[in-house]
Amino acid sequence: MVEYPRWPTVSLKTRVALAMAAVLLVGGVVVLVTALAYGRQAARDSFDRLLLGAAGNIAASITVRDGAVLVDIPMATFDLLALAPDDRIRYRVIGPNNSTLTGSDAASLPRESGETVLYDGTMGAEPARFVALTRRFAERSFSGSVRVIVGQTLRARRDLTRDIAQNALAVLGGAGAVMALFAWLAVRSALMPLPRIGAALARRDPTDLTPLDLSVPREVALMLSPLNDFMARLDRQVASNRDLIGDAAHQLRTPVAAIRAQAQLAADETDPEKRAHIVARIHARTLSLSRLLDQMLSQAMIIHRTDTVPRALIDLRDIVLDVFEDGEADGAGTVELHLPDRPVMVRGDALSLSEAGKNMLNNALRHGIAPVWLGVRPGGELFVEDAGQGPPPAVLARIGERFGTAGGAPGGSGLGLAIAKAVAQSHGGALRFGRGTRGFEAALSLPLAAAP
Amino acid sequence: MRGSALFLALSVSAHGVTAQEAELSRSFGAGAAAPMILRSTTDLAVMAPVIEAFLTGRPDARIAYEQWGSNDLYAVSQRDCAGSPGADLVISSAMHQMVGLVNEGCARPYRSALTTALEPSRRWRDELWGVTQEPAVMVYNRDLLAPGQVPRSRFDLLDMLRPEDSPLRGRVATYDIEESGLGYLLAFEDSLQATTFGGLMESFGRSGAVATCCSAEIIDAVVQGKFLVAYNVLGSYALARAVVEPRLGVVAPQDYTLVLTRAAMLPTGRDSALAEAFLDFLLSDPGRRALERALLIVPLDNGEGGLFDQPIALPSIQRPIALSPALLLVLDRQKRMLFSALWRDSFPLSPVP
Repeated sequence: MVEYPRWPTVSLKTRVALAMAAVLLVGGVVVLVTALAYGRQAARDSFDRLLLGAAGNIAASITVRDGAVLVDIPMATFDLLALAPDDRIRYRVIGPNNSTLTGSDAASLPRESGETVLYDGTMGAEPARFVALTRRFAERSFSGSVRVIVGQTLRARRDLTRDIAQNALAVLGGAGAVMALFAWLAVRSALMPLPRIGAALARRDPTDLTPLDLSVPREVALMLSPLNDFMARLDRQVASNRDLIGDAAHQLRTPVAAIRAQAQLAADETDPEKRAHIVARIHARTLSLSRLLDQMLSQAMIIHRTDTVPRALIDLRDIVLDVFEDGEADGAGTVELHLPDRPVMVRGDALSLSEAGKNMLNNALRHGIAPVWLGVRPGGELFVEDAGQGPPPAVLARIGERFGTAGGAPGGSGLGLAIAKAVAQSHGGALRFGRGTRGFEAALSLPLAAAP
Repeated sequence: MRGSALFLALSVSAHGVTAQEAELSRSFGAGAAAPMILRSTTDLAVMAPVIEAFLTGRPDARIAYEQWGSNDLYAVSQRDCAGSPGADLVISSAMHQMVGLVNEGCARPYRSALTTALEPSRRWRDELWGVTQEPAVMVYNRDLLAPGQVPRSRFDLLDMLRPEDSPLRGRVATYDIEESGLGYLLAFEDSLQATTFGGLMESFGRSGAVATCCSAEIIDAVVQGKFLVAYNVLGSYALARAVVEPRLGVVAPQDYTLVLTRAAMLPTGRDSALAEAFLDFLLSDPGRRALERALLIVPLDNGEGGLFDQPIALPSIQRPIALSPALLLVLDRQKRMLFSALWRDSFPLSPVP
């Protein structure tokens, strides 16, 4: 068989690191773009306000004297504009009939009209931002509007934009570094249980199949509890195999020794009549041994099936009919059948259940007093009742234990009811004994399946 | 270009000649290459030693120096800016005109370790640099004014002008702001500094003060006793003259002293490495020493010797005029018109000196 090497896939830490890096990168780009846009907006807003302030200042300095418009710009206007210290300034005051009263003729005019217009323009080769304000006069000597235009190049705006974006990036970078550090620490601590489980498994004795008792986070428990379940299943199977072997050795030793002794006797016997008698006894012993073997195998099978066979939806009445027919075939005694009219549905393994039923019936036929009643109760109960008093309490208490009743009872290994009990438990039900209306009763009760 | 065609040692063009011609021009250096054209309002005689100091060790360099009046220099620089450039370096004491030229995009940027080391008030946009340090002072005639009579501040001057029989009546002079860009700048800055200026103008008007042109002429007139006091004279010229002329006294006003810096720019359209080197030289230690010897950098701490009658070391007295776009207001047409109207009220006639 060719073995393919299995490369470990990308480590969890690397995955988280890659995801973090991707988040930081994408986030960084988004923040950078946002910061630039925000910075540009903030710079534009604040310096637009400066322009508006300066233009308002100039507009307020306009007076009308003897019909002439005079502009006496205060120094404060230029001190205000000089807050953008490295930017060129262009201003223009336009009187009626579009004459430039003062300032530069070269100042760009707004394309749209309005009382207050902010617009982009140029100063020579440099891009610039302008504001146009209109002030209206209604004097006796002068009536009309005067326009004030103030513009500035964009150096201060660009510097501010850059500063804002740089600061945002610095903060982002710092935050990213801190986030990466925390992510790394978080991943490290989150992954800590995995090496711990590995170490715990590696430390274990090869035969130790007990559950791993480690406190782990819920997510890791999702992996750990199936692992524990798996080990428990393995443990049960190993135990049942061990039990089977132990039981077999224990149970078979006595009958096999007896047969061997009798065979020895038969070999030594010369009287043909006595010899035939011994041979008949050997035959009876062999039959009993064979039944014992059957039961042991069936117990092993049933314990195996409990862990492996999927549960099907079953009508308990069918199981009882099967058991009844089997009992009839044996013809060991009369059995009275009691079945309800409606189906009694349970979830389970039909083979295991009918095996349990057969064992219960067998037990009643063999150890009880006729007549024997076999039936199903609608509550999900399979019962076998006989007219006798049942076994003494000491015996009852030991039912289900291995080598339970084995006691010299002919043909009884004590395994029958143990099997029934195991089946009941593996189906989530119980096997109970007690006094019925007519005598001793054994009942296998199972949870009812939800109606289909 | 009659003026610049003359390579003679000195060529004088009299007042009243058509505008926009160099007053004087002179070629420095013996290099064969095309000369670096330097236009400045600085008197040639004052600037010559500085240029010669620069040319020491530069045998290949040639500098054509042109001395201009500030208004003419402004006009020709504007014309050059619109058309073809005519100078490699322009240095003017009319700081507002230089700020105006830079604001119009007539200068090219230049950065060096020396230009960036300048304090912010002495550079703008890496296109305009303040290379000198010159206080605006009052000068007086020592022979005609007793030491006790010498005005130490504008308040003193005001008090002296007030009496009807003031000895200063008709014998105080200052720049004519219409003739001199520098005069206008100084008067404008005065008007921003204190309310004293209004009173001073009024007193000038009442006492028949004379507004006239040009530092050299005003100082000459004071030395000759035509005027007793001249107000707002550029300290560099006054001190240079006082060194050789014992009759001339120089006072830095004690209420405040305006400190001006000559502004240098590299006009667009020219690319002269020599102009940049000269600019860096002016800002370097050897250049500063040369400028100090020429009294274009006036030490304000009045250390040894004492150039002034009164020290002006107190920073609270000094009012440096910063190279900033705020100076654009000085160029404003309407502002100038209003200011001139005010001025004309005080100086109704502009007598020819």
